[in-house]
Amino acid sequence: MADLKTAAYVCGGCGIAERLDTGQLALIAEREGKMNLVRRHPFLCSAEGVAQIQGDIDAEGVTHVAIAACSRRAKTEAFQFPAVAVSRANLREGVIWVRPANDEAREATQEMAGDYVRMACAELKNMKLPSGHAETGRNRRVLVVGGGVSGMTAALEAARAGYAALIVEKGAALGGWASKLHRRTPFREPFHDPVDTGVAGLIEAIEAEPRIKVHLNTTLTQTGGAPGRFSVRLTNASGVSWVEDAGAIVQATGFTPYDASRLTEFSYGSSPNIVDQAGLEELARAAGGRALRRPSDGGSVKKVVFVQCAGQRDDSGRHLPFCSGHCCGTSIKQAMYFKDADPAVNTVVIYTDLRTPGSGEDFYRSAQAKGVTFTKGTVTGVEANDRQCRVSFRDLILAEDAVIADADIVVLATGQVPNSGVDIEQPERQDANGVQPISILNLSYRQGKDLPQLRHGFSDSHFICFPYETRRTGIYTAGPVRRPMDIAQATEDATGAALKAIQAIENAQLGRAAHPRSGDLSYPIVRLEGCTQCKRCTVECPFGAIDEDERTYPVFNESRCRRCGTCMGACPVRVISFENYSVDTVGAQIKAVEIPDESEAKPRILVLACENDAYPALDMAAMQRRDYSAFVRVIPVRCLGSVNAIWVTDALNGGWDGIMLMGCKHGDDYQCHFVKGSELASVRMSKIDDTLKQLALESERVATYEVAITDLARVPQLIDDYIKVIERIGLSPMKGFA
Amino acid sequence: MPELVATEQTILVVGGGISGMTAALEAAECGKQVILVESSATLGGRTALLYRYFPKLCHPTCGLEINLRRIKASRNIRVYTLAEVTRIDGRSGDYTVSLKLTPRYVNASCTACGDCAKAVAATIPNPWNYGLDRITAAYLPHAMAYPQRFVIDPSIIGTPEANKAKAACRYGAVDLEMKEETLTLKAAAVIWATGWKPYDAAKIQPYGYGRFKNVITSVEFERLADPHGPTGGRIVRPSDGKEAKDVAFIQCAGSRDENHLRHCSRICCMASLKQTRFMREAFGEAAQSTIYYIDIRAIDRFEDFYKQVQADPHVKFIKSKVARIEEDRASADPVLHGVDTEGYLRYANRHDLAVLAIGMEPSVRGSAIPATLGEDSSGFLVPALDGAAIFGAGCATNALDVNRAVQSSTAAALRAIQVVNRSARAET
Repeated sequence: MADLKTAAYVCGGCGIAERLDTGQLALIAEREGKMNLVRRHPFLCSAEGVAQIQGDIDAEGVTHVAIAACSRRAKTEAFQFPAVAVSRANLREGVIWVRPANDEAREATQEMAGDYVRMACAELKNMKLPSGHAETGRNRRVLVVGGGVSGMTAALEAARAGYAALIVEKGAALGGWASKLHRRTPFREPFHDPVDTGVAGLIEAIEAEPRIKVHLNTTLTQTGGAPGRFSVRLTNASGVSWVEDAGAIVQATGFTPYDASRLTEFSYGSSPNIVDQAGLEELARAAGGRALRRPSDGGSVKKVVFVQCAGQRDDSGRHLPFCSGHCCGTSIKQAMYFKDADPAVNTVVIYTDLRTPGSGEDFYRSAQAKGVTFTKGTVTGVEANDRQCRVSFRDLILAEDAVIADADIVVLATGQVPNSGVDIEQPERQDANGVQPISILNLSYRQGKDLPQLRHGFSDSHFICFPYETRRTGIYTAGPVRRPMDIAQATEDATGAALKAIQAIENAQLGRAAHPRSGDLSYPIVRLEGCTQCKRCTVECPFGAIDEDERTYPVFNESRCRRCGTCMGACPVRVISFENYSVDTVGAQIKAVEIPDESEAKPRILVLACENDAYPALDMAAMQRRDYSAFVRVIPVRCLGSVNAIWVTDALNGGWDGIMLMGCKHGDDYQCHFVKGSELASVRMSKIDDTLKQLALESERVATYEVAITDLARVPQLIDDYIKVIERIGLSPMKGFA
Repeated sequence: MPELVATEQTILVVGGGISGMTAALEAAECGKQVILVESSATLGGRTALLYRYFPKLCHPTCGLEINLRRIKASRNIRVYTLAEVTRIDGRSGDYTVSLKLTPRYVNASCTACGDCAKAVAATIPNPWNYGLDRITAAYLPHAMAYPQRFVIDPSIIGTPEANKAKAACRYGAVDLEMKEETLTLKAAAVIWATGWKPYDAAKIQPYGYGRFKNVITSVEFERLADPHGPTGGRIVRPSDGKEAKDVAFIQCAGSRDENHLRHCSRICCMASLKQTRFMREAFGEAAQSTIYYIDIRAIDRFEDFYKQVQADPHVKFIKSKVARIEEDRASADPVLHGVDTEGYLRYANRHDLAVLAIGMEPSVRGSAIPATLGEDSSGFLVPALDGAAIFGAGCATNALDVNRAVQSSTAAALRAIQVVNRSARAET
């Protein structure tokens, strides 16, 4: 690399120069770090300091800059040099702010700083400025699967932003479930009465929009590719099959109502007078605004009972365990169908918790004003005779069993079962209706045909702050396939999903990563000649980004990749790397640290810390000036999933005394934004025991921790406790062998 | 984050909480130019003041860290803090916006070293802990504050304290001569994401908030549980600093009430369920939580979490709208009076601490909105009918939890992009 010109800058500000010998640090950068240019500055982030760096880049042709100052999380605006590779040595939050300012501590603190300078130089020399992937996809069309309200909204909103959209609907018409409704609940004030569904207007808008194409009676029979270059085989009802290209995909496949006939205790099917909410909509549509009649004989209706949570919020394991969210509002609306036509009809809603959040409360209030009765109770049984139904329930207010013996119609508020396709983890699993799902996307991905599912079969996202953080880049779900929801929420959700689809298209075109490493231009580069086809990378990629060719070599799809480095951590032969983050960028840091010999009784502990949670927690501990041992050297990693076992064995061989891996919480409520990085790391480290045995080392020498970003008090404690463990088992016997 | 020139292609986002940050980032990551305006000294909004989220019990600062990293990395976003929009003129695709910039008295040279805070003795009630403790009048709002830059509180300007701060700064970052400024920008579209504020608990007269020390709000309780909070994460009573092991959570404090907020604030039930978990973490077997509720609105997928809490023998549920709270003079214990509607039993229950699950009031309510933004009778923004390109996002539009607020903001970003792209197409 002839054009590599390195420079290191040692800042003396914020007390660094008072606490540390910056002259010695500069010398380390020059002699050991072999930096071509080394400068000290009293206040590096000042305009003048920054100008000096920029001047060296411009005038001296510096290509690589090591900044020994504050944390990489601080002063990011000042230290932004997009044209060069930059590494940071954290002398402030990483050293002086976590060490006592006394003479006794001075030597160990200085050594700590010296090592961080060595590490920054070592990392820098192994870094390249990411150039971005050249083979980018340029297709700018959004493919929308499903032609209900969610799908139509997504297509229309994308089109309004200037993007082409293609709706693929398996049924014979657009409209979905909403088109089967008589009215919907209102979105805006006044929240008094049911309103028009708006479906006809949506369909009209779609038909009038030249950017939208619609294929009815059509399904996806194969989906391959990546954002910017999806290739989708469509097949219609007559068996004709063809291929369409797309830049991103929105899956808006909606829900299927829970099958009420599974509710034997409510005698669904025994009488036409017992209906589910969908059945009632059908009756209301048939009545066309006139009073609804009793289905069995067309008699007039005097009393209607609504059974909330029918087969929902169920503890027995037989029905849906969750709440479908919309049903309270829907029953209120349906009670109004009766009340608005004839106020004399007695409508009773039997519920346990009435759930009408937000301004839904006004709609609830309106129903009360119209005379709808709300009774807190749990329905235990429904029986039907020729004309009427008998509803038995436990009245929870009066704490007694009660009966309504003369209901003309009973409406069961059943829930939503998501149409999320095949559960890729258990492909044989039936859905809550006892139906074996068929694949919706038919992805040709290594990791399965459909999107990964969350609990109860809903699709991503798992994250509270990031509802669109899907595990398949460029494919976004919207509407009730994601969580149970009503039309208002589905409309909002679909609009958001359309944005994410557009963003995926824009990112793919520029070779940029999607969330959470947004804008990252690095991507995994594989040296295939060294690959042993072990498939670990293709199996462990949390985003299903890596496929396999016929010879089971990995095929990387860069725009599906989220740059976490889990593949790099998985690779036993270390052939996967990023330009600015690799086995070498970290490995060189581990090797650069000066390991004192046994006689000095100074252990060295390597901390590999998740850059999103553990590393900020350490920074914030420093901001509170919480001390911890000077024996640790912290390296931030993109994700613990990217930790390659070689770093651990190299460190142990090199005489490091212990290794702490700090990652995010795993398990069902995992917090790792790369899904399973921290979990994978702890599995891999549990297997490192063999290595430790081979080296005749104690198992305590490698420890994994789940650390939260708020653990600012706990993290220094973990470090100090671990030092005690190392003191107890003694220094590594490997020192001096490296 | 380089200097930007605002143009007719720019999207202005008002409000730097999670909704505003999301709208700004999602638009910027589609390639649009964005100006993000926040009235306080830092981005982060209310979620930065939450300890954990329901139902995962994960940490809001984790998402904030990601969003801040995205903002730092983006070349398309310019952030103004301590800035307020005072005027918007024009029409869709062509707005002129006036911004009032309040002085921070600290410039971009600040390294956040903290020397000014060491020099200043004057203190102010800590706004980031709802005034539960005090901070020095030269302060960094909180550990996740962005920009990571100190603030000199206006209360000490013109006093010797301010000069002490100036003298302590070695980097010339303290600038006591800073003046209020007005800035005029062009924007194609505006996203209004000004969020919510806790309903004023003192208005719920029978609950004695403000009169009884051991009656606090749910947002204050959140600060007590947070290791960054005023007690370092210890759940203690304001009256005597003793651990609050027996806590009453009172639902619908201000919500679902014609006299206060008509709407249901959506988040309060889940927030209280979550806070019962904080109690168990803090006190284990000694924890006792009682939830007084009308309906538990653990909607859709949240039902799982409700079931988990219901299974906890240390959490009791009483279906009752609490009628009033009295204070036991000797112990300062709050005593709750009401009727358990399941069985019609009167109660007078004594607890260590009463937490009002306080309602969510839109921040825009009662404030002068400098544009033709539509408001409904609860103060929530409604979509403009006149074709204006000013879009509500997040809790300014509805009582939403974080997940839904982010959905709403993502949708708002697209609506703004549609306007920008339309005017871009019109020009070419």
